[in-house]
Amino acid sequence: MQLADQRTIAADPATVWAAILDPEVLRVCIPGCESLTGSPAEGYEAIVTQKVGPVKARFTGHVTLSDMVEEQGLTISGEGKGGAAGFARGSAKLAMSPAEGGTLLSYEVDVHVGGKLAQLGSRIIDGFSRKMADQFFERFQSAVEGPSEGEDEPEAVAVGAEGEAPAKKGWFKRMIKR
Amino acid sequence: MPKDGGIGASTLRREDIRFLTGKGRYTADINLRGQAFACFLRSEVAHGRIRSIDTSAAEEMPGVLAVMTGEDFTEVGGNPTGWLVQSRDGATMKEPKRPVLAHGKVRHVGDAYALVVAETYEQAKDACEAIEADIEELPAIVDMAAAVADTTNRVHDECDDNVVFDWGWIEENRAAVDAAFETAPHVTTLELVNNRLSPNAMEPRASIGDFDSGTGDYKLYTTSQNPHLTRLLISAFVMGIPENKLTVIAPDVGGGFGSKIYHYGEEAAVLAASKRLDRPVKWVCDRSEAFLSDAHGRDHVTKIQLATDMEGNFLAVRTETLANMGAYLSNFATCTPTFLHGTLMAGPYKTPHVYVNVKAVMTNTVPVDAYRGAGRPEATYSLERVIDKAADELGIDPWEIRRKNFIDPDQFPYTTPVGLVYDTGNYHATMDKLRELSDVAGFEARATESAAKGKLRGFGLSTWIEACGIAPSNLVGVLGCRVGLYDAATIRVNATGNISVLVGAHSHGQGHETVFAQLIAEKLGVDAKSVEIVHGDTSKIPFGMGTYGSRSLAVCGSAMMKAADKIIDKGKKIAAHMLEAAEGDIEFNDGSFSVAGTDRQKSFAEIAFSAYVPHNYPLETLEPGLEETAFYDPANFTYPAGAYGCEVEVDPETGGVDIVRFTCADDFGNVINPMIVAGQVHGGVAQGIGQALLEGVVYNEDGQLLTGSYMDYAMPRADDVPNFTVDHSCVTPCTHNPLGAKGCGEAGAIGTPPAVVNAVIDALHRAGHRHITHIDMPLTPSRVWTAMHG
Repeated sequence: MQLADQRTIAADPATVWAAILDPEVLRVCIPGCESLTGSPAEGYEAIVTQKVGPVKARFTGHVTLSDMVEEQGLTISGEGKGGAAGFARGSAKLAMSPAEGGTLLSYEVDVHVGGKLAQLGSRIIDGFSRKMADQFFERFQSAVEGPSEGEDEPEAVAVGAEGEAPAKKGWFKRMIKR
Repeated sequence: MPKDGGIGASTLRREDIRFLTGKGRYTADINLRGQAFACFLRSEVAHGRIRSIDTSAAEEMPGVLAVMTGEDFTEVGGNPTGWLVQSRDGATMKEPKRPVLAHGKVRHVGDAYALVVAETYEQAKDACEAIEADIEELPAIVDMAAAVADTTNRVHDECDDNVVFDWGWIEENRAAVDAAFETAPHVTTLELVNNRLSPNAMEPRASIGDFDSGTGDYKLYTTSQNPHLTRLLISAFVMGIPENKLTVIAPDVGGGFGSKIYHYGEEAAVLAASKRLDRPVKWVCDRSEAFLSDAHGRDHVTKIQLATDMEGNFLAVRTETLANMGAYLSNFATCTPTFLHGTLMAGPYKTPHVYVNVKAVMTNTVPVDAYRGAGRPEATYSLERVIDKAADELGIDPWEIRRKNFIDPDQFPYTTPVGLVYDTGNYHATMDKLRELSDVAGFEARATESAAKGKLRGFGLSTWIEACGIAPSNLVGVLGCRVGLYDAATIRVNATGNISVLVGAHSHGQGHETVFAQLIAEKLGVDAKSVEIVHGDTSKIPFGMGTYGSRSLAVCGSAMMKAADKIIDKGKKIAAHMLEAAEGDIEFNDGSFSVAGTDRQKSFAEIAFSAYVPHNYPLETLEPGLEETAFYDPANFTYPAGAYGCEVEVDPETGGVDIVRFTCADDFGNVINPMIVAGQVHGGVAQGIGQALLEGVVYNEDGQLLTGSYMDYAMPRADDVPNFTVDHSCVTPCTHNPLGAKGCGEAGAIGTPPAVVNAVIDALHRAGHRHITHIDMPLTPSRVWTAMHG
């Protein structure tokens, strides 16, 4: 399953780049992420809980960042094992460039699943992957940009693993501005 | 009129009382004292190298008794192929190893590579999750053409081009066939896919291994269509357990359709685990596992060519097929696309030149083997589709082109150019019967009615023949079969005159307990209620080869007839003594032994009693007892045949296909129980409709099974099938077995798919979509709509 999309983020490339390299940003943006520890250089150990159709699983896996070109792009790859539910493996190739109003973030996402996930969930895996990617980048955008005037918490931020606290929009930007 | 309960009576199925009241006893119903439960850990990747398997954490889990991997089975043998096929160049096929549990590599999603035995199934399943396997994923080989093209990526290292054999049938005839094509006035070419099917027996597989450390005996309860074959494979090839120390019991089995012919690794694994633990070990397959581990069926990619003159006389047929073997060679995988497929490529036609080429290809998918019809549906589909295409190209009526090419009734016995000798048949008769029953005359009126509803009506015709009653052992031996294919029966007349018949055939939906009792009742002139049919337990029954290939009546039934003849012969000797007459003067009629021309007689029960209480008995020349065994090895295959007509309505808005009429005219030879025969045909047609319209196994490019549940794999349901019109009044009895029976179990699955597809193509042609010459099965609404609008 492959998909590609792009969106403009209202921040300069340096801010976007810093955000991508921040484990806390990744943790908050990966839907269903319970924990993420490590560093950009070493990679991260992640625990993610997700439900794909009839299959709910807690994935433990490794996330690596590669092809890193500062303020231009990188590839985020992850592979998680969900026990009896099977495995999921994916990568997102991100490219960023200055654009009017901020940074144009283009991404190509490639997702593979195996085991019970593929056996039972394949029919919905395309839609699921698109939803996950949308959520990730929406969260990323709101983490970097902060809230627009008068807007309620978007639903996407609240979606994720049960018990996951919705993050305040724009918190990353506020943090680095302090 | 047939007498009630004998041959020709539609006796109700006696086994249905227990099946319909929940009293059936299937393997999963059997619980042995002290049993533990097994769960298999199956590969999630299609192709991978096993670097290491760490079972230590799993072994510490609650309730876990044992964890086994491929390492535990390196000392035992592998699951063999039952049939060695020779390539065109004379080379013997490659036989890649098939271990009990995957070792070194995993080769398909679902390939079992570890086994946990625990006190409960849930504990075993939990512990499977704790096994840490380091498996290096390799590129999956899914597409057959790619497997053949890229020989650097191999399913098995010892199969260097992923091709098990390249078979030509008959290779010596190839040049003549090619020459016939060179000069033929017209050649019709069709490329098609015979879709991969998942068998989906209602009862999933299950096995219980039970080792008795007191005696050293093993017992295996398992879902098998042929317990003796399973025992032979485990003893001679896999485990090395002497046959006299291994009993295989296949109790009630809820459907097989071929998938339970084969020996599977799980059977050997539970036996080994039982021995290790000295406890019974039980495994019951769940439905998700079944999709990943039961042998699939079909999966051919074929190019067929038909050479004709301009009047539609068939001059030659030539085919090239890639047959998917999957990741391992299942027991009869190699014979299905060859000797059960190539040998039928003449069909019921007198085509003088036929040549069949089949390459068997390994891929990282579930093994493929015989599934209801086994090779013969593939042959029939290719042939009947290309004939319709040729008829269309030549402007000849589909009935007419078939009629003019049929082998005529006076041509039997008929030797085909693909190695079979059809003993008898009348293909004109079944097609005429079909024409009558399917009301061809009324078609146009029905088509007008359909058009008024906005539907496109079409009619599809197919004729079919199969070689069943498998099989003459000397012939199959020459062709590479590693076993004999006779069957056996023991008739045990008990002292009080009732009868136990112990048979080698196995009933898993066929109604043997009813039909075989009818046979014996008729033959011995006794009440069918006094006849009990015993099957499925190697410690009781004689060495028979089981049930598949529409063989049970023709082969095991014939063994029963032979054994009954021996009973009658011995009964005559006893009667001659009791009646003080010469043996040659004793006649047996309607259950009584009489002296010819007199009213002096002894009943069957009196003779039986005398045999077991031999007070007045010729002990100096005759042994007591009345029990006889016969083995029957058929002299030839049997050749049932028929003609099927399908009428469809296609919805041009959606591409949806509705089957509105379906008619079968079959020649099964002599029929014992017409009701059961009709039921067999109904079931076969439903499966054929499933293949034609609904079913199809789909893998993605990673080798992940996408149709792994009933959400994605569409089985036919009641509302997908019409009321069938079924006829088997055209009878040309088999000439070489005592019953004149041919077999009916696979007919529907063979004749149906081409009839359905021909009907859809006809409907589209009538609606002006002349450019559509073929649509691959399953003919889903999306495929039909795309063909119309694409």
